[in-house]
Amino acid sequence: MKSPMERFTERIFLVVALSSLSVLALITVFIFVEGVPIIAKVGFFRFVFGTVWAPSQNLYGIFPMIVGSVAVTLGAAVIGVPIALCCSIFLAEFAPAAVRNVVRPAIQLLAGIPSVVYGFWGLLFVVPFIRVYLGGPGLSILAGSIILGIMMLPTVISISEVSLLSLPRQYKEGAFALGLTHWQTIRTVLLPAAKSGIVAAIILGIGRAIGETMAVIMVLGNAVAIPESILDPARTLTTNIGIEMGYASGDHQQALFATGIVLLAIIMLLNASAQLATRRK
Amino acid sequence: MKRPNGSVGILRRIGAVLCAVALLVAPALLSGCSRTQAGTILAGSTSVQPFAEVLAEEYMTLHPGTSIDIQGGGSAAGIMAAQNGTADIGMSSRSLNDTEKGLWSVEIARDGLAIVVNPANPVQGLTTAQVRDIYSAAVTNWSQLGGHDAKIHVITREEGSGTRSAFESLLMGKVQITPKAIVQDSNGAVRQLVTDDPDAIGFISLGLVTDKVKALDLDGVVPTDAHVVDGTYKLSRPFLFVAASEPTGQAKDFVDFTLSAAGQKMLATEGLIPATVGAMP
Repeated sequence: MKSPMERFTERIFLVVALSSLSVLALITVFIFVEGVPIIAKVGFFRFVFGTVWAPSQNLYGIFPMIVGSVAVTLGAAVIGVPIALCCSIFLAEFAPAAVRNVVRPAIQLLAGIPSVVYGFWGLLFVVPFIRVYLGGPGLSILAGSIILGIMMLPTVISISEVSLLSLPRQYKEGAFALGLTHWQTIRTVLLPAAKSGIVAAIILGIGRAIGETMAVIMVLGNAVAIPESILDPARTLTTNIGIEMGYASGDHQQALFATGIVLLAIIMLLNASAQLATRRK
Repeated sequence: MKRPNGSVGILRRIGAVLCAVALLVAPALLSGCSRTQAGTILAGSTSVQPFAEVLAEEYMTLHPGTSIDIQGGGSAAGIMAAQNGTADIGMSSRSLNDTEKGLWSVEIARDGLAIVVNPANPVQGLTTAQVRDIYSAAVTNWSQLGGHDAKIHVITREEGSGTRSAFESLLMGKVQITPKAIVQDSNGAVRQLVTDDPDAIGFISLGLVTDKVKALDLDGVVPTDAHVVDGTYKLSRPFLFVAASEPTGQAKDFVDFTLSAAGQKMLATEGLIPATVGAMP
């Protein structure tokens, strides 16, 4: 028999746990209530695949922003993932304890830097660098990709390091016993074995990148045209909301909520695929 | 089944703490909700906001115990807030349109819009038609306008911004701003980009022009306060206080202070063009 006090405390924990979940539900319901009417009014396909965003003329097409989000996030992955993987392999396999004890907290610190600081740094250093040496206005997909590539590092590094470290010792010992070198062991045994964890790490990192707003507003240029090169300015789904919410009202505001619905759907898809990746061993 | 005493004790303690927190927080939340608004609330244009804040600060120093609360939100939101009484006074950085003409309003100052380029740009002035061509992307290279052979980096403000709608109605007319234009969400951000980028062009409040950017002549007229006052410089807009009906009490007192010689002088010092002649510094 559980004592009444014990049952009471369990209830409290349940309520607290559910309340955090109910916040999620509240936000979701709110976004949908605000956003669905405008999607219905404009038409789903014209909203998602429309190429002109001009709220003052009642034109709400977010396709340029979808292209922008995908381009910047892919760019961030191309820049961030190789660095993050090398770093996690180094930390898990090569780094002496002394080095690891310095590098690991430093990477955690990277995660703690506010995004506006990343954006400001990007605006002052990355953007002028691109403008002077590569051309264009500097505010560009490339600048956004570099900043987001750095911002996704902590997520990808720590999760892939954990998945490398959690492999059974026997894998490595067996490989060594077969005469493989350390690098051969990592390449042919450890990395394939930790694949699901690493894939999940990359997907979560991408989720981090696609959801980022403040840093991207500052370095991306926010133009609403579909970009033609990585040196062109672009706008992502998040920055579309961030830059226009201050003044929006009526249909315009609803269209921003509808942008949020599309973003939510993309992030849910990403998280679900990360879950799938970790489950499939 | 009975659990060891220790864990029950811990659970009970945590439960007690949670209860205590809940008891402490609940009244705070409730009292937060029922807090009555005292004092005068101004809301609206973020262009007018910094000037209203300066006025409110001075007013509150002169009249201890009073409270003037200045909020942003944009011209449209400010006019709406004045209409439905959410704010005592709405701030607008554009003229009222036909559906808003029934409201009480007073012009507190005028603000010129300056077309700005980098000081390194050899172009000294443009015609209205040329600016329109630049912003509609009919002209894309500075060499077509007597400058260096470089692509023009067009910078505009976000949809819904009062500065943008003033620029559109005063200069663009029916012509649309190109979607390829870089979008920034404040006067300061536009000015910073123009400061950094030798090929950029933007528009900002005349009062915010510094020597780090060059304000271009428009149709041969130098953009100065004097030329705005005598009407030869075309790009100017009113800063309005708007209310549902003529303000009374403290709100009226604040409006009177704004229109007084002292208030107008403060606006002039901050870079605006006073609404009442004779208050020029």
